[in-house]
Parts: sequence; structure tokens; C-alpha cells
Amino acid sequence: MAFKRIDGRKNSDLRPITAKIGVIPNADGSALFAFGNTIAIAAVYGPRLLHPQHMQDPETGILRVNYDLLSFSVNDRKKPGPSRRSQEISKVTEWALSPVLDLKEFPNTVIDVQIYIIQADAGTRTAGINAASMALAHAGIPMRNLVCSVAVGKQDKEIVVDLTKAEEDFDGGEGPTDFPLAKIANTDQYTLLQLDGKIPAERVSEVLTIADQAFANIYEAQKKALKEEFS
Amino acid sequence: MNQQIDEAQEAEPMETEQSTKKRRVVVPGEVIVSGEDFLPSEGARREGQDILASRFGLAEEAGRVIKVIPITGAFIPRRNSVVLGRVTQITLNGWVIDIDAASSGFLPIDESPRFINKNEMDQFLAIGDVVAAKIWSINVRGIDLTLKGKGLGKLEGGFIFRVSPNSVPRIIGREGSMISLIKERTGCDIGAGQNGWVWVQSDNLDSQIQARKAIEFVSENVHVDGLTEKVEGLLNK
Repeated sequence: MAFKRIDGRKNSDLRPITAKIGVIPNADGSALFAFGNTIAIAAVYGPRLLHPQHMQDPETGILRVNYDLLSFSVNDRKKPGPSRRSQEISKVTEWALSPVLDLKEFPNTVIDVQIYIIQADAGTRTAGINAASMALAHAGIPMRNLVCSVAVGKQDKEIVVDLTKAEEDFDGGEGPTDFPLAKIANTDQYTLLQLDGKIPAERVSEVLTIADQAFANIYEAQKKALKEEFS
Repeated sequence: MNQQIDEAQEAEPMETEQSTKKRRVVVPGEVIVSGEDFLPSEGARREGQDILASRFGLAEEAGRVIKVIPITGAFIPRRNSVVLGRVTQITLNGWVIDIDAASSGFLPIDESPRFINKNEMDQFLAIGDVVAAKIWSINVRGIDLTLKGKGLGKLEGGFIFRVSPNSVPRIIGREGSMISLIKERTGCDIGAGQNGWVWVQSDNLDSQIQARKAIEFVSENVHVDGLTEKVEGLLNK
């Protein structure tokens, strides 16, 4: 029998994307990005003076990301506040975004990015990176390019793109695999590559090919949302 | 006096000119034009044959020069900008002024328009007072301000509110046309700083509110054509 995904999508199909900027009026830049039921909002503040002072860098500004999965975003209420998981995701998001930023103009300052997941259905870090990249652009921060991010996974032997929570929990066959990626748009430079689960080394190129198509769609959605607001 | 604030601001390059130059919204990394003939200016860079945007904004082609004009984001201090600020601290030789930027401004006592006795500094500017000042220099230690110049000084009475710093050139208008229209119609004294702080003062509360509404309307409709007529209509109501 041919393989079929739980929600009937093709292996290379993304969930419907929603992208919007300017969702938080008091922030210097803000954006919303959603993959189906996963909704992330991001707010950018700054450049502003960095405290504690010992973190200041007189040569360049720094990026500080805070990722938070809000307590009401999942079915069983999540205990609010920072956790080991949210600290890790904040850090990898920071690493995924900083290669495109040029903060030399703003020494001793910080750019704060707050990412809140208001509804979670897998792929929250990738939705967060997409939202943060749009919010940084909206805040007028000098940047080389936008960053696009998507998770690829494996359902038994089938490689599928943008998993839902139900798919992520799939444990038949070779077991669940989650492979989040982030890429600088219009380049071949990857800024995030994590792997949870198992995948044969020779199939990684297959993952990158299927992700490339998704990146193109995400980039178009981001670009459209940014341009729409001002035309 | 406040007529003069705007005169001081008019010296700044205006971003509002409704010129015939080609403009469009670009995202970071987008190719604006291709070819060897073009020169990247502020907010743009060259990569091989292409001129790319380095930030989000309006790309403008002025002859061979390509630049990207910011339309969103926080206030980035520039030399010679007139800003409004609030005194937050008095030190031995000057005042520390919050100008809503990454670092606070410093106004040395020597940069005040007349001689001030060091023991009586708070009689000239006390903590909480609002001033219109000019950015005189930006260096590693911070931002230095001056009050020497036309229209600069303490702003008495009235109130201040914030708008997007990127809409300030439009609020002032070409050669101050928009701000003088609002001033004329409402009878208020108005001062706008490049950092997005706007000061409104009048004896009449209603006209103060009207002036604020008009300014906020301009700020929210920066990209609308024929804004002056619309503001006129709003003020005639």
C-alpha cells in the first residue's frame, strides 16, 4: 500500500503558512508566523543599551533571543517559565539568526528578540526562527538576508516535510525522526541543523533536497508579508 | 520660539520629497538592480553583478546611486538631528538626558545658551524637564548634545507623546509645511524631535487634543498620497 500522511498531505507539502508583521505595536519590530496549528510571534526591541554591563562588547552589538512556549499553547498546561528545553532553543535560534546580522554599527548594545509560541503543534523552533527573522527585518536591523527554517522528519522510511505533533510521535517502523533546519535565503548556507532520531547518512542529501522546496515557499511567504504592509 | 525648532529641523535632509525617483519596498538580501553602472549607498551592498538590499525599507534609485530608506525600526541617532529629551540626572558638569536611544545624551554646562552657575544648575534645567536639543557629536563615550542653536532649549508646559521616529520627516513635511499647517489650524505650539517625541502646548485643551490626533493620523498614514489634503479635512471637522 502506498504511504499516506495522517493529514493527507504530500511528503513535500508544508502546512498552510500564515505570515504577518507589525502584530505587536510597542515593539520596534514584530511578526507572526504559523505552520498550520503552530503559531509563533516574535518581538524585536533595540538596539538598546545592554545590561548587565559585563556582557557589553565595545566592538559590536549582540543578539539575545528568548524563546518561550506559553503555558496555554499545549494540551496539558505547561509549567510557565524558563526550562532546559527553552534555554537550548533560545541559544540555537540565536546561532541560527546571528550569521545574517551586522551589528558593528551598534557597539555596546543588545537586540532583544522575544519569541512566544502561542499554539504548539510541532515545529515550534522553526516557526520561531521564521517569525524572528521577519521581526528583525521589520525592526530595520541591518541584515544580509532573511533566514528560513523548516523541520524534516521520517515516517518509517518516508521522508516528509513539516511534521505535526501526531507525526512527530509516530513510532512504527524505524521510529520517529525530527530534523530541524534553517538556511540563509537564496544561499546554500545552513545556520541550524539538529537531529533527533535516526537517519542513514546517505539519505541526508534527500532531506536537503526536499527542504529546499519548502524553504522557497517559506521565503516567498515572508517576503510577501513584509511587502504587503507598505504597499 | 517653537517656530524656530522647525527651522532648525529644516536643515536636515528631507525624506518626504514626492520626487519622480523610482521607489519600491525591498526585503534584506533582495536584488535591487543588476549591472556594473550602479553604486550602492546606505542600506545597500554589491555582490558580484547585483546590488542587494542590506535592510528592510524603500529602495531608491537616484541616478546611479542606490540606497535603502528605512521605514520602520528604532531611532538611530545621527549628528545634527534635533531631538526632544527629558533630564534624568544632573552631574558636576552637565545634564544627562534621556533621548530614547541606545545610549543617553549628555548636555555639558558649556553647551547651554547662557552662563549657568554650577551651584544653580537645577534652576535652569531640573530633573524631569523636557528640552529640544541638537546632537552635536556621537562618540564611543556616548552622545553629546547642545542647546546652542535656533529654537533649542527648554520646553515649558504642554505634553509630549511618542510616534514612530520614521514618520517624523512626514510630520514636519517639506520645508515644515505639514507641521505649520497643524500649528496654524489648531493654534498650538508643536515641536517634533527626530527621535519620535512630539511636544504640544496650548492654553486650549481641545485644540491640544486635535493637534495630537492630527499628528498621530499623519504618523499612521505615512505612505498615503495627498496627505496634506486629508489632514486639512480632518482639521476642518
